[in-house]
Amino acid sequence: MTAAAADPMVPVPFRIHKIRRELPDTVTMEIAPCSPAPFTFAAGQFNMLTAFGVGEIPISISGDPGDGTKVVHTTRAVGAVSRALDRLTVGQVVGVRGPFGTPWPVEDAFGHDLMLVAGGVGLAPLRPALYHALAERRRFSRVIVLYGARTPKDMLFRREIERWRGRFDLDVDVTVDRADPSWQGNVGVVTKLISRARFDPYATMAFVCGPEIMMRHVATALAGHGIAEDRIHLSMERNMKCGCGLCGHCQWGPHFVCKDGPVFRYDRIRPLLSIREI
Amino acid sequence: MVAQHDLGPVIDDHPFFRGIDGKLRALLVGCAANERFDAGAFLTREGEPANKFYLIRAGQVAVEIDAPGRRPIIIETLGEGDVTGWSWIVEPYRSTFDVRATSLVRVISFDGKCLRGKMDTDPALGYEVMQRFVRMMAHRLAGARLQLLDLYGPHPGAGRREREA
Repeated sequence: MTAAAADPMVPVPFRIHKIRRELPDTVTMEIAPCSPAPFTFAAGQFNMLTAFGVGEIPISISGDPGDGTKVVHTTRAVGAVSRALDRLTVGQVVGVRGPFGTPWPVEDAFGHDLMLVAGGVGLAPLRPALYHALAERRRFSRVIVLYGARTPKDMLFRREIERWRGRFDLDVDVTVDRADPSWQGNVGVVTKLISRARFDPYATMAFVCGPEIMMRHVATALAGHGIAEDRIHLSMERNMKCGCGLCGHCQWGPHFVCKDGPVFRYDRIRPLLSIREI
Repeated sequence: MVAQHDLGPVIDDHPFFRGIDGKLRALLVGCAANERFDAGAFLTREGEPANKFYLIRAGQVAVEIDAPGRRPIIIETLGEGDVTGWSWIVEPYRSTFDVRATSLVRVISFDGKCLRGKMDTDPALGYEVMQRFVRMMAHRLAGARLQLLDLYGPHPGAGRREREA
């Protein structure tokens, strides 16, 4: 049982132990239960975080699933709750319900190439999958990370990306939408990186996370490069409230995104992606 | 240095012309040359006559536009396996952007006037080349439109994850 699982509707107090500002509007906070209790999660799951007195929002877990000492979240301050979370300081308390949702099927990729494609802060929900893959690196063939950001200054986890690029057992390629000549890297959409990546399309599992428009184009490109649709997974978002499939706010066709997702197999949701009314 | 008569296999290996009919490829070779550009050199300059296009064999180029009073803005980068330059095929045959080598770049260049002449007299070659350029241009246009959307920005058009990760 996890610290927050006794009653899925009751937030459990977690104290903030560390805060790192990633970008002007984005912070990563490390939290741990106020009363010692284990918290386990799988890569791709999310928590409902409460800023007391303001509200509650779903936030993907961005830390290492193998590290049971802390829970890590990365939030971007643009809504009332996320702005309140952004203002919190070390020692303050947040409410946590979770973990909820379906994980990235990392272990299904054992023996194959694993490709992670992220856009913007979509790298945060994918980072736990990479930590998991790196912890079991020998079980994969190639591990590839393709990341698209708005500008070089908007790259999330930049120092960590630089460390990943230095590894011989990891292929990392980055592109930005806009740059000046001081940027020596790629400029263009993240789909361009797919055609340059070296992978075996018949033995590759791909995880994609970012804005939905980006994910649609990436999934189409991956399928166009020969990766079977049932081996492409997307992390979807809808208006999640309860987090456990009770309230129906996040209903998406026959699915509740909070319970049946957020990670979905592309072949199962591709028809829904083109229905504009839902 | 690769002699012109040896460029056929190089053109065959490049993704842009991969699979092209041998007779058409032989016509291409007659307009092709092997070139290299040092980092910082310009392959094309905005407004100048567009006499060439390039198959990039190695290195990276930046397609960019000069902005008065500030540093040039990079629109996209292209690398090995890409092609740069389509103004040679579109009147008035003038380059619309700068293309600058950001590293040592090795290319196969094609003389646009030479190739236009061959395409005019050989419709099969003209159709083949146009098909490949239109496919590439459509792909680039789709990418440019996605870039214009500013998908990763914190605005309402972005996904909620973009607002609250």
